[in-house]
Amino acid sequence: MTDAPAPTPTKALDDVVVLFAGDSGDGMQLTGGQFTLATAHARNDLATLPDFPAEIRAPAGTLYGVSGFQLHFGSGSVLTPGDEIDLLVAMNPAALKVHLPRVRAGGAVLVNTNSFGDRDLSLAGYDANPLEDGTLDGYERHDVELTRLTHEALAETGLSKQEMDRAKNMFALGLSLWLYTRPVEPARHWIRSKFEATPDLRDANLRALDKGYHYGDISESFVARYEVAPADLPPGTYRAIRGNEALALGLVAAGAKSGLDVFYGTYPITPASDLLHALAKYKAFGVKTFQAEDEIAAIGSAIGASFGGTLGVTATSGPGMALKGEFLGLATMVELPLVVIDVQRAGPSTGMPTKTEQSDLLMAIYGRNGDTPTPVIAPRTPGECFLAAFHAARIALTYMTPVIVLSDGYLGNGSEPWLVPDADALPDISVSFAETASAALSDAVDPASGKGAFLPYVRDQETLARGWARPGTAGLEHRVGGLEKDARTGGVSYDPENHQRMTETRAEKVARIADAFPPVEVEGDEDGDVLVVGWGSTYGAIKKAVQGARAEGHRVGHIQLRWLNPLSPGLEEAIGRFRHVLVPELNNGQLVRILRERFLVPARSLSKVQGLPFQAREIEAAIYGVMSEG
Amino acid sequence: MPPPDDSAARPGGTPPQPRGAEGARPDTPQPAGTRKPVEAPAVPPVDGEPGEPAIPETGPDTPAPRTPTMPPAGGGPRKADGPKLPPSKKPARPPGAPRPAVPPQARTIDPEGDGAALGLPVLSRKDFVSGADVRWCPGCGDYAVLAAVQRALPELAETRENVVFISGIGCSSRFPYYMNTYGFHSIHGRAPAIATGLKATRPELDVWVVTGDGDALSIGAGHTAHMLRRNVDLQVLLFNNQIYGLTKGQYSPTSEVGKVTKSSPYGSLDHPFNPAALALGADGTFVARTLDRDPKHMQAVLKAGHAHRGTSLIEIYQNCNIFNDGAFFDFTERDSKPLRAIMVEHGKPAVYANGTKGLVVDGLKVRSIDLDGGRTAADCLTYDSSDKSLAFLMADQLFWDADLPRPFGVLYQEDRPTYDALLNEQVAEVTRQRGRGELAALLASGETWTIG
Repeated sequence: MTDAPAPTPTKALDDVVVLFAGDSGDGMQLTGGQFTLATAHARNDLATLPDFPAEIRAPAGTLYGVSGFQLHFGSGSVLTPGDEIDLLVAMNPAALKVHLPRVRAGGAVLVNTNSFGDRDLSLAGYDANPLEDGTLDGYERHDVELTRLTHEALAETGLSKQEMDRAKNMFALGLSLWLYTRPVEPARHWIRSKFEATPDLRDANLRALDKGYHYGDISESFVARYEVAPADLPPGTYRAIRGNEALALGLVAAGAKSGLDVFYGTYPITPASDLLHALAKYKAFGVKTFQAEDEIAAIGSAIGASFGGTLGVTATSGPGMALKGEFLGLATMVELPLVVIDVQRAGPSTGMPTKTEQSDLLMAIYGRNGDTPTPVIAPRTPGECFLAAFHAARIALTYMTPVIVLSDGYLGNGSEPWLVPDADALPDISVSFAETASAALSDAVDPASGKGAFLPYVRDQETLARGWARPGTAGLEHRVGGLEKDARTGGVSYDPENHQRMTETRAEKVARIADAFPPVEVEGDEDGDVLVVGWGSTYGAIKKAVQGARAEGHRVGHIQLRWLNPLSPGLEEAIGRFRHVLVPELNNGQLVRILRERFLVPARSLSKVQGLPFQAREIEAAIYGVMSEG
Repeated sequence: MPPPDDSAARPGGTPPQPRGAEGARPDTPQPAGTRKPVEAPAVPPVDGEPGEPAIPETGPDTPAPRTPTMPPAGGGPRKADGPKLPPSKKPARPPGAPRPAVPPQARTIDPEGDGAALGLPVLSRKDFVSGADVRWCPGCGDYAVLAAVQRALPELAETRENVVFISGIGCSSRFPYYMNTYGFHSIHGRAPAIATGLKATRPELDVWVVTGDGDALSIGAGHTAHMLRRNVDLQVLLFNNQIYGLTKGQYSPTSEVGKVTKSSPYGSLDHPFNPAALALGADGTFVARTLDRDPKHMQAVLKAGHAHRGTSLIEIYQNCNIFNDGAFFDFTERDSKPLRAIMVEHGKPAVYANGTKGLVVDGLKVRSIDLDGGRTAADCLTYDSSDKSLAFLMADQLFWDADLPRPFGVLYQEDRPTYDALLNEQVAEVTRQRGRGELAALLASGETWTIG
């Protein structure tokens, strides 16, 4: 036993923003994920922002190859991944250069000094070494020889230099856990299970992790450790969840609560693929996954499954949505239930696949040939993705319609503590298939058989949903298709009046979905200066901005829409109670057009299309800007 | 603009001409030889029963007790009683996989034909005729296919409700409306996607895809290839008329080079697809070709395709009498058919021209020989539809060489597990090993912690 060093003093903080940044091969996403897990175990509220390049292994040391994982945790409510960084862990000069501007004045910077050689500096575009030229003046600086220390720690293991290099992120993780007094056992547990089959790598990673943790105590670089008290979260069982995982669970729940199997047809696309990875494991939950040959076949197979009486689901991102358009129109025409999930990313075209955006809203609502009304729901947080998927399925099955879920890359990859819902408390989704011709909503007679015929487009008078007759049901043989259908018989019809009636009926059916919605919820002030209307993943940033403006004495309200089509009742009245309407969106102004068109109000747009979520202060500034205009 | 001078305006000068028989290898399948007026299939009666077009065939409209034309071969229960089909093979399922949940007698052919012995309701052709008016052009080859399918189905399906027809877009894709079964008229080229999703989730259904050369080989070519490699258990009726009919007469992906149409006034430049070779290249497990004007042959192929487990691709040469009349008359008309068509059958010698000619395989070439001077059928190739290399030779060489007959019948058949069976078996196996999943346990899985 060596002498234990004197314990480092601990300071309490309300909240902290940490950013791990390095090469895309440095394991930063993994490091961030493990730090998140430890933070969840420490019972803080948290929000994360993974930010990584599209290249799997971008050239080492380059600015565009920098991969970052930002985590905001606190003892109070944490709404965003944080505007400013309290601790930047920079594995190389490129990471430092990209992210240093976001570190708050006086914030901490931990650098791996072993990676600041001439070539590293040159790749990052540094003319002089930022460790030596005063660049880091004004920051709390921790120079750590991460590479050398990791090598020393693993010298006895017999691992190659390259293999030892790979473990330096575990050293950094251990040190960061120590610095913020996080529990280290969750990471140990993860390493043991991840490297179960390779004991030498398992032991090396465990050793690097522990050495990093102990380094904090023996190094004199750190004058204090930090502590963030547990958040006051509602009681219950929690898990950290990412939006894509929550969507997958919501679909499984919809299957369980409707009694239907789930068929998930999809084609891999960033950032939606994790949904497939999750669902492919759930075969024992009545889920079938099908990796189709393309985006079109993916949605087509889901419609085929729905035709057969299964809950058909497909998911994609923007470019894939564009390809699915024709089939979405068919699903509207044949009135079959279908859930279509769009995990949005920056566009147009291929755009920036790993960067988030909300620019598919107008495509989701309008982007098909013909008048093709389609319900659209948008979750607001990673955890809320669960209910968004569940309710999308519920509406699809109740109203016999496709429903679009608009998530985005920020929600899909971001995580938060999630209060595990009570499975028994979820509502049942009532599905009744047409079983006999006599129960087929019709008194019509099949001229061939003389028996009662099944008329597929006869509707429930309340929901306007048509009957769902599965193949295999005797006496209900019928044909559906993309040609316009006679409103009564379901036969092909080119009748002018019939097309008018069917177009209006399809619109009315979607409009009626709002009848069951509760009125919009206004957070903050009920009337006053500015109403901020947002949708989807901007929820936390807007909420924080509104809190800030109200703390300054302004009367500001906030509505974060979940349903984008149809809109919830009460929105127009709420808008009327404010002098200004501000619509922050991660697009070039889409919801704002809808509000202007629907309510004839001079709503203002706050647009951000930088591949990153809003910072709360950007929205707060816009609130003041709108008010200053009178 | 002056009217285009015909030759001067041609891009690249002279339009490509099909290379003649003297060329090393013709660039294109020979189109119809001499076009001659033929008796078109009878026009459907205007005031008659809808969907009951008369076609030049004698066949039972009602299921009079049928006597099999030959004893059922010693194969599986799905063995049809059609003429001379390849020997039935074991169903393509993973080892130990249960057959999809079809009643055991579902696809049994009742030798008496009245179903009485099995306690089944008797179905007739009329049961498969929907009330919808058939809107194909008078004289269209589609009528013959519709009639053949409606005649074959009472023998193949014991219930209507388990039969589903799924189509894309095009003249042929109106087919489901005329069948009194479940049907889905979808969008252009995508019927295989819908059918795959349906069959994956409802493997017990009897699914038919109805498509055309534009639908399956142009806009939907990708889906067709992937359906074939996956070997989804369904039948594909590929109506090939070498023209776009519904859009009124543009060249299609199977049209011959040089074809003059509305969209190719100086001759088309596109090298055509050879559907059978495409299907073999995609590892299709059942590749067959038949003709609208040979209803008996078509019925036999339909039955063989239905008996096959996996994707049965049945290319049907179908005459579009409006926009491409006579495209296949070489193979269908009495004076040219003997020399231009050969009906291949598994285990039978490859002879044609009323027994006066035969095919032999010489190295990697298929040659025609005259059966005279002591040469008999025994000297000819014995067709083996399980031989993929042979199927490639026949599908490829006989397609491009106008001096050789074009093969019809089951060109190739193999047993391979179907996608739908494998998927359902995997789901069943995972569920058996892990037990049916519990939602509450899944929601609370992973790393959790409790507050309060």
